[in-house]
Amino acid sequence: MPGFGFSLGVTLFYLSALVLIPLAALIIRPWEMGFDGFWAAVTTPRVLAALKLSFGAAAIAAAINSVFGLIVAWVLVRYRFPGRKFIDAFVDLPFALPTAVAGIALSALYAPNGWIGAPLAKLGIKVAFTPTGVLVALIFIGLPFVVRTLEPVLADLSRDAEEAAATLGATRLQSFRRVILPSLLPTLLTGTAMAFARGVGEYGSVIFIAGNLPGVSEIAPLMIIIKLQEYDYAGAAAIGVVMLGASFVFLFALNALQAWSASRR
Amino acid sequence: MTPMLRPRAPTDDHPLTKLVLSLVAVGFIALFLLMPLVTVFWEALAQGMDSAIAALREPDALSAIQLSFTVAAIAVPCNALFGLAAAWCVTKFDFIGKNLLVTLIDIPFSVSPVVSGLVYMLIFGLQGWLGQDLRDHGIKIVFALPGIVLATIFVTFPFVARELIPLMSEQGRDEEEAAVSLGASGWSTLRRVTLPNIKWALLYGVLLCNARAMGEFGAVSVVSGHIRGLTDTMPLHVEVLYNDYQYAAAFAVAALLALLALVTLGIKSLLEWQFAGEIAATHSH
Amino acid sequence: MSLVIEHVAKRFERFPALKGVSLTAPKGCFLALLGPSGSGKTTLLRILGGLEFADAGRVAFDDLDWLALPARERRAGFVFQQYALFRHMTVAKNIAFGLSIRPRRTRPTRAEIARRVEELLALVQLEGLGKRYPSQLSGGQRQRVALARALAIEPRMLLLDEPFGALDARVRKDLRHWLRGLHERLGVTTVFVTHDQDEALELADLVAVLNQGRIEQIATPAELRAHPASDFVADFLGQAVPGGGVVPLRTARAPTLKGKIFKRSEENP
Repeated sequence: MPGFGFSLGVTLFYLSALVLIPLAALIIRPWEMGFDGFWAAVTTPRVLAALKLSFGAAAIAAAINSVFGLIVAWVLVRYRFPGRKFIDAFVDLPFALPTAVAGIALSALYAPNGWIGAPLAKLGIKVAFTPTGVLVALIFIGLPFVVRTLEPVLADLSRDAEEAAATLGATRLQSFRRVILPSLLPTLLTGTAMAFARGVGEYGSVIFIAGNLPGVSEIAPLMIIIKLQEYDYAGAAAIGVVMLGASFVFLFALNALQAWSASRR
Repeated sequence: MTPMLRPRAPTDDHPLTKLVLSLVAVGFIALFLLMPLVTVFWEALAQGMDSAIAALREPDALSAIQLSFTVAAIAVPCNALFGLAAAWCVTKFDFIGKNLLVTLIDIPFSVSPVVSGLVYMLIFGLQGWLGQDLRDHGIKIVFALPGIVLATIFVTFPFVARELIPLMSEQGRDEEEAAVSLGASGWSTLRRVTLPNIKWALLYGVLLCNARAMGEFGAVSVVSGHIRGLTDTMPLHVEVLYNDYQYAAAFAVAALLALLALVTLGIKSLLEWQFAGEIAATHSH
Repeated sequence: MSLVIEHVAKRFERFPALKGVSLTAPKGCFLALLGPSGSGKTTLLRILGGLEFADAGRVAFDDLDWLALPARERRAGFVFQQYALFRHMTVAKNIAFGLSIRPRRTRPTRAEIARRVEELLALVQLEGLGKRYPSQLSGGQRQRVALARALAIEPRMLLLDEPFGALDARVRKDLRHWLRGLHERLGVTTVFVTHDQDEALELADLVAVLNQGRIEQIATPAELRAHPASDFVADFLGQAVPGGGVVPLRTARAPTLKGKIFKRSEENP
């Protein structure tokens, strides 16, 4: 069939010029400071706090989304009620809504005078302009990853195994815990991991609600921008490399996990 | 025959379980997804429709809208053509390193938007690899349209390719091979055999690519330089207005973007319901 | 103490699956439900297992109002056509499942469960395979794991849905003899669904021939061969009668072919 050389050439050129070479620039840049310089750049208390917040909040948000995402997916796949298709389509909102729009909306919503922020403020809970605000934004952004990953697998899950469990005397809860959940687990982990990876790097939806207090509610991507504004390109690249490295290690672990779980069935 | 009490099937949840789980799911979605969306429109119209429309007719707003459309108009076709080329070579031929290539195409999805902007600063920025040379020759890449387009292309890079690759590998090579054996050239095979088979998936990918291109914030924010009326896209203009405490105006522009997102969602769902089989199986972006 | 099914009827959205089925089978009997696809035989089996619910009718078994019991309280060992083994569990865990989920009060000790699993593995001739996963077994082995899993709960009744449907012909023949032997040893009332007249006639004590949601005839294999009650029964058994017998070969062909063609798309709504 014709077109191999041409299509491969176009692909490789485009990929290299726009993705690979720029990424190489990122990976090479920090080392002009030497390893010590690199290490110093990513271990200042402020940068460390930002990295901790980005990874920590992303992990907590992903954990929360794994629970509620499973419930949402379960309800959307298993139950029939009016408006189901509509809600199902709506779950994709965080994919479609520009992050800045989500950011200012969440910020207005959870501000001390906002619809949700005001009642919470009465209870003495502050969300906007604290790390909790970061968490809220990351829950928003991560939910569809869990739901969309689970839905097709849940729909394909054969009812036979559940029926078998019932005939063997299992209660509904036992069926869920011992039969359904284990077969969903690899998928659930994949979706959760994707939500986590997205959360670590998320910027637009977070910065408005975070308040960006140095050492308290600054996220790692914001540190990159701050370094750039200070013309510290190498320092910015160093943080970028840490984030990139972490997400690749993470994706690699995820692939290994999937390969392992695939080998068992 | 007496009518019997109908027990629950063993794969059915207890009605109470159903009720509780449904309420939790709907409540969670309402709280975390619906309320932010409602807030956008509520705040946009807080000072009336007229003031919202006036905010969109500000010269800076108009130039931001124009810039966003310009960027999308360049980035989306580029990525669509690339996606087509990549899908063609990956699905119609076997070669060493194919899996690696597919993995590499997906990389931009696992990179933080800010890092996506950063990589171009490291090349074209004033302190970047080519920064000094570009300045000597008076060429502006970052803090100008080209940089914004590059950053946008980076973050929307895989959208079309990842829609087409699974679908085209599922469809196989038979039809194309038949066309070629009947004497069709490569181009006419692509145009008359392949494209009709993948048109809905292509449209789907382009739709998602476009939505992200118009709405991208993090990557563009790094390379734009925030020059009002010149290098601010719509999302950046939202930020500028918001930080200026012009909330109603910020939300008016945000509402325009939100409308765009809703239209995208609508068309996307329509495509999924109508052409489920002609769009690739997995969608998680 | 026998299995008594009275006027059981079931309608699905589009078509009636069972139009008032009645039969009686003695306890310990090996009963075959034989019929072409769409005859309602699988629906009847699923109703007995508690996986589907009758719109009308009664079933009595073991002095119990059988249909009033939820599936998990029936202790009806159900073997699914595609086995429905738990893929993430080892063979041993699969077999132990029904015992290990019992409430603490009635649950055997770990050691006791392990001993039972070993016994059952021996019974189904799979000694030493307890640590494997279902994906590492052949079709015939999976079939026997599914059977062992169903037997582990000491079932009151054993229900087999096309037990040999997914196996190739040679394995089928072997398993058939083995299953008959097993039934003779255990004496559990067993109901199995099949579209294969050879299988029904060779294995069962009693064969109920179903057609379009009704029982055409219920009789011992010998009686069925000698006195088919209707043209349908005669036609359906046609091929199994050696040398033609009472059934002319020509009328026997068509429905047999039909049965073969549709055998993979057994009704299972």
